[in-house]
Amino acid sequence: MILKGTAHKYGKNVDTDVIIPGRYCNLIDPVELGKHALEDLDVNFVKKVKPGDLIVADTNFGCGSSREVAAVALKGAGVSGVVAKSFARIFYRNAINTGLPIFECVEGVDGIKDGDTITVDAANGVITNESTGKTYSATQMPPFMQDLIAMGGLLRYVEKRLVEKSK
Amino acid sequence: MARPMTMTEKILAAHAGKASVAPGDIISIELDLVMANELSAAVAITEFRKIKGADKVWDRSKIALVPSHFTPNKDIATATLSKMMRDFATEHAIENYFEVGRGGIEHVVLPENGMVGPGETIIGGDSHTTTYGGIGAFATGVGSTDIAAAFATGEMWLRVPHSIKIVFENGLRQYVSGKDLILRAINELGVDGATYAALEFTGPALKDLSMSGRFTMANMSIEAGAKNGIFPVDATTEAYCAAVGKKNYTIYHADKDAEYTQTVVIDCAKIEPQVAIPWLPDNTRNASDLHDITVQQAVIGTCTNGRIEDMRQAAEILKGRKVHPSIRAIVIPGSQKVYMQCIKEGLVETFIEAGCVVSTPTCGPCVGGHMGVLADGERCISTTNRNFRGRMGHVKSEVYLTGPYVAASTAVAGYICGPEELQAKVPA
Repeated sequence: MILKGTAHKYGKNVDTDVIIPGRYCNLIDPVELGKHALEDLDVNFVKKVKPGDLIVADTNFGCGSSREVAAVALKGAGVSGVVAKSFARIFYRNAINTGLPIFECVEGVDGIKDGDTITVDAANGVITNESTGKTYSATQMPPFMQDLIAMGGLLRYVEKRLVEKSK
Repeated sequence: MARPMTMTEKILAAHAGKASVAPGDIISIELDLVMANELSAAVAITEFRKIKGADKVWDRSKIALVPSHFTPNKDIATATLSKMMRDFATEHAIENYFEVGRGGIEHVVLPENGMVGPGETIIGGDSHTTTYGGIGAFATGVGSTDIAAAFATGEMWLRVPHSIKIVFENGLRQYVSGKDLILRAINELGVDGATYAALEFTGPALKDLSMSGRFTMANMSIEAGAKNGIFPVDATTEAYCAAVGKKNYTIYHADKDAEYTQTVVIDCAKIEPQVAIPWLPDNTRNASDLHDITVQQAVIGTCTNGRIEDMRQAAEILKGRKVHPSIRAIVIPGSQKVYMQCIKEGLVETFIEAGCVVSTPTCGPCVGGHMGVLADGERCISTTNRNFRGRMGHVKSEVYLTGPYVAASTAVAGYICGPEELQAKVPA
């Protein structure tokens, strides 16, 4: 899978309250959630984001609440992936579980400016800044998580476990 | 010889059926309890229904469902989420469903009902599930799909966290509580200083800490990014278990030479009442160093500080005093049991005489939900756990985090101050 779009760059500690504020946590629908993505950090984000665009952020992206709708809201807004220097742990799990591709890459974040066009070869974790021509390698996920994604996500894994347990 | 292990590693090894685990191992653990509130449950139920072969939940006695965030429901949308959870609880005959009026906030309700215990593994669809580390359990917050998976299997995969030891030296000063200790610790670590890690709280100061203070501290472990925060089990823990009727638990102690990636020593004798100023919980100051910060609202309660001891601390300050004319003070006992105890001890009378609102248990204002949402430019002193931008309402409102003593003192003074400064200016 190749992700391609404009980079929307933000700083450290982008918390789940600014990704999707509590006042919208009465919503479940991805499209409705997407209309309010990052609203409290950047009111213009939803106006400028185009399908396929990527978020590029500094450390501790997604800190705070366990609200899974944070990952869903970004997908709902059209975001195809997030590149950050590091992720908060609950968001990391939620992204894997909801199918939002995420990439940990310190050099990549430093080498990408807001508005740059980037592509990400998701399977190999190779990030290319098309605006500068430079490429970066994201940290490899542990094999278990790669398998989980390849299998189609956590629920498919659970189905396999249920079959194993019933034997 | 077996690898020496931390408390967290021992609990995880036992629940993974292994003799030993090490940080970085990816394991699958058996769960003793799976919790969700109406927000996380609504999404979890939707996902659960997509799992082929999951007609029933794995164990209806080991699931706890607690409406808490937008309850009693504030609008049709949130009422719909609560209804989804209620219907699911009925359909699957979930034994531990705490209806509005019979429960409260999950992190106050579950311990006081003997539903969490030392050595157990607990996950919850709420980031503050780390609270149960206060009793010596491994407890962590997860998203809704993980909850759905756990509903079906009673298992969760995880990466064994490395452990960071926080040592609290010496005793606590007057008006210093668990909230002040954890705000200091988060300041030392930073908001991502403990990402993926287990925090293990130790040291001589812990003997001064009641279970209430320990739950407050474990609750906020997530604010340093931690997977879990855990307290050693001692006589205080065992007395609490006996009082709430918790039986059949296993006590694990960390091995002497267990491995910690970092040890942080905090001298409690030097800690005075703390306040975390916007926009992060690690942005901690001494209350006495803050001057002329006026606030329009005070919130006392919630999952972090909504236990009876917190209510008593607030009442101690508010007794015989009045809330400042320009402040709305909102007191929220964390559960029906705490609320009833407040009534029996005369605390509700103290709060109302002082001019406070006393609310039914709810997470309400903490998540900017209801019961105290802030307008543009308003400031709130709060015993909650997050001061992120827009957390309690308008994006240009501000939240200052503190313990019940400072929140109550501020409610009377009209500006942020501690109990000692209040006593000098407004004697009770």
